[in-house]
Amino acid sequence: MNARSKFLVGSGIIVITLLALAYVGFTQSKTYYHTITELSTLQGSALHQRMRVSGNVRSGTIERLGDRVNFVLTEQGKDLPVSYVGRDPLPDTFKDGAQALVEGKMLPDNRFEAEQVQAKCASKYEAAPVGTPATAPQPGQTSTGSYARPSGS
Amino acid sequence: MDILGSLALLLALLAAVYAVVAGTVGILTRRTLLTKSARNAGMAVFALVTVAVACLEYFFFTNDFSLAYVVEHSNRALPPYYKFASLWAGQEGSLLLWTWLLSGYAFFVLFLNRKRHPELMPYVGVVLAGVQTFFLTLNNFVATPFQVIASANSAGVMHLARLAEGRGLNPLLQYPEMVIHPPMLYLGYTGFTVPFAFALAALLGRYPGEKWIHITRRWTMIAWCFQSVGILLGAHWAYAVLGWGGYWAWDPVENASLLPWITGTAFLHSVMMQEKRGMMKVWNVWLVFTTFMLCILGTLLTRSGVVSSVHAFAQSSIGTWFVVFLAIVFVVCFAAYWKNRDYLRSDNQLDSLVSRESSFLFNNLILLAACFAVLWGTLFPVLSEWVQGSKISVGPPFFNKVNVPIALFLLLLTGVGPLLAWRKTSFDALKRNFAWPLGGGLLAGVIAFILGFRDVYALVCLILSVFVTLTIASEFYRGARVISSRDGSHLLTSVGALTMRNTRRYGGYIVHFGMVLVFIGIAGTPLNKDIQKDLGIGDTLKIGPYTILCQNFDQVANGNYQSDRATLEVFKNGKSDMMLYPERRFFLTSQITETMVAVQSSPLRDLYVVYAGRSPESGRPSVHAYLLPLVKWIWFGGIVVVLGTILALIPNRRTALVLRPVTERSWTGSIADASPAMGPIASRAEGHD
Repeated sequence: MNARSKFLVGSGIIVITLLALAYVGFTQSKTYYHTITELSTLQGSALHQRMRVSGNVRSGTIERLGDRVNFVLTEQGKDLPVSYVGRDPLPDTFKDGAQALVEGKMLPDNRFEAEQVQAKCASKYEAAPVGTPATAPQPGQTSTGSYARPSGS
Repeated sequence: MDILGSLALLLALLAAVYAVVAGTVGILTRRTLLTKSARNAGMAVFALVTVAVACLEYFFFTNDFSLAYVVEHSNRALPPYYKFASLWAGQEGSLLLWTWLLSGYAFFVLFLNRKRHPELMPYVGVVLAGVQTFFLTLNNFVATPFQVIASANSAGVMHLARLAEGRGLNPLLQYPEMVIHPPMLYLGYTGFTVPFAFALAALLGRYPGEKWIHITRRWTMIAWCFQSVGILLGAHWAYAVLGWGGYWAWDPVENASLLPWITGTAFLHSVMMQEKRGMMKVWNVWLVFTTFMLCILGTLLTRSGVVSSVHAFAQSSIGTWFVVFLAIVFVVCFAAYWKNRDYLRSDNQLDSLVSRESSFLFNNLILLAACFAVLWGTLFPVLSEWVQGSKISVGPPFFNKVNVPIALFLLLLTGVGPLLAWRKTSFDALKRNFAWPLGGGLLAGVIAFILGFRDVYALVCLILSVFVTLTIASEFYRGARVISSRDGSHLLTSVGALTMRNTRRYGGYIVHFGMVLVFIGIAGTPLNKDIQKDLGIGDTLKIGPYTILCQNFDQVANGNYQSDRATLEVFKNGKSDMMLYPERRFFLTSQITETMVAVQSSPLRDLYVVYAGRSPESGRPSVHAYLLPLVKWIWFGGIVVVLGTILALIPNRRTALVLRPVTERSWTGSIADASPAMGPIASRAEGHD
């Protein structure tokens, strides 16, 4: 076997190994993004996938109960009851009316069990003056808005 | 001032367009005068954009809240250094910074080479001006920072307004790194435009020989160095500000900055294949092209929120502009390649699997695989929405599964590659060169296992780190021994002399050593510990060898924020060791609360304490403590990488030795020697690095 074909075989082994690893990592961590409206139309296996849902925290619904925090996310008039069961403290920006992104899965009783919650305080940019952008872009590595970093991931 | 700024930006755009048009016509008609005038226009862009930047800074420093951008990102009580940094706190200013840094690079490239490479430089000037034209178009028409604010009076007539106070800088950005991290990263992003311009120019102009490679390599190293610093500063910012005890989360924007760094690294290695063996020419050209396109893609991801829009967030129309620009760049690159592909024919073939060449090939293969995996994972939400209609994102497990083995394999190559000879290495040479380093590595692995490292990847990483360090040390030692035996100087003096004779090679080794330190720092991750507890005054919390005693909670305030502060005394093995003051700052203008982490850093481990606020259940203050081993090595490794790169940029000191003419005989000679390091100095000085 000449050097070139040896190299190709070696490369092939590496690439296949990496593809296998990528596949395993992908199935472990793939997360579907759904809107609250879409959730009610999901059926079968689609309901048991890991997913992310975003919405606004409905004012007055945050209940802190020992090991979990319950609240209701709302988007376009649809509500989603959420239980946060993660062990990291909720971000400072998580409060009534905040924009939140929850990651976890649907429970059979139509509650959403969230392992991670990211939140952004929506109030700051609501009253933007004429001609200003409504978003909060940031430089460099921080452009995920002012979402607090998810922990423990 | 806003008019002056806008005018300067407009003139800069005109100058850039002129540089493109006049430059192209100058090349086609071979009129030197026109080419010269295009070059001067290209240099003038820098002066004009500088004026615009100065104007915007003037607004920040005079608290003039008549510009929307200043209102959004500053307030009176903001400390001066953050006012300065507010320039790049948002979309418009960041793009202005991009343009400014790019025009700075362009200025220096055109100025330093004004008397050199008369065949190549006109093309370089046109490419640089072309990229500038795109960014200046954005600055002028899409995201202008000089937008004034207006309000309607009672009659409904709009008039200019000036607010009394701004909305303040995002508290997350009020951290020293923010003053330096974005410029560093952007110096990296923009810097890769220079090698791109040279590569495209050489291809378009069919510039003879490998000379462009030499010029490009230095500029790539500069950009690469800034990019490395930018990435590490960003990681340190995430570590110190976000309060989650980590420094890298595979966030799309982090990934975006990593991508061009990976391909840039690949290029810096594979470029040697072209210099020494005339191989991989097509590959190199495309690596440079890809690196530049990834820089543009990175800016697109950072600025447009295409991927963050998975979070239904920060959407902006600017993405389309970047996509179109990327498409144009790709078409131009591909057309230039296709037309001139015969110019890139390879001179040599791969001779053996155990050779320097193949180690570079594997290095490139694996770096490209990493780049592809990161790119794929980052863009997957967008791709899956196109293909399947549902947004699917992948998380850190995906990135880690693929990239950790890749990183370890790269680490192995870092140790093995430099000791392999070009063309072919014999088994005896392998044994001679690697027996000791490998033994040392395995010994370190055993010690680490006894010390509590159980994670397989972390153990492999430590073994390889020691192995690589020993190979690097042996390279320095063997080279220095030859010198000192020849002129009788002290071994340490010889190390210095050796390094200065071939700065590129030995600077490269130091960069490798810096990367090893970074790897060791990352290998500490599996031993991370954390604990959260509600603490009253007088309560304690135990983590590792530390006991944290809560002494007091108080409040401090200044014009910018009010702060809740915890006073914690830390005992180590029963003895009082230090005081830590984690805070929660409430920023008055923006009404946002941010945590300020208290970190006690030592080479062995960081004690990282977050004051998580009052617990909603007990009403008592809650403290979250992390014990993070070896993190400091990452930052220290970063410094070593920078020093190594700077060293590699210094020109070689001339040696008194007369170079032996390189013949086919000397290649076989080095095979017989089997180790380049054992070969005579003279052939080494001209040899590989």
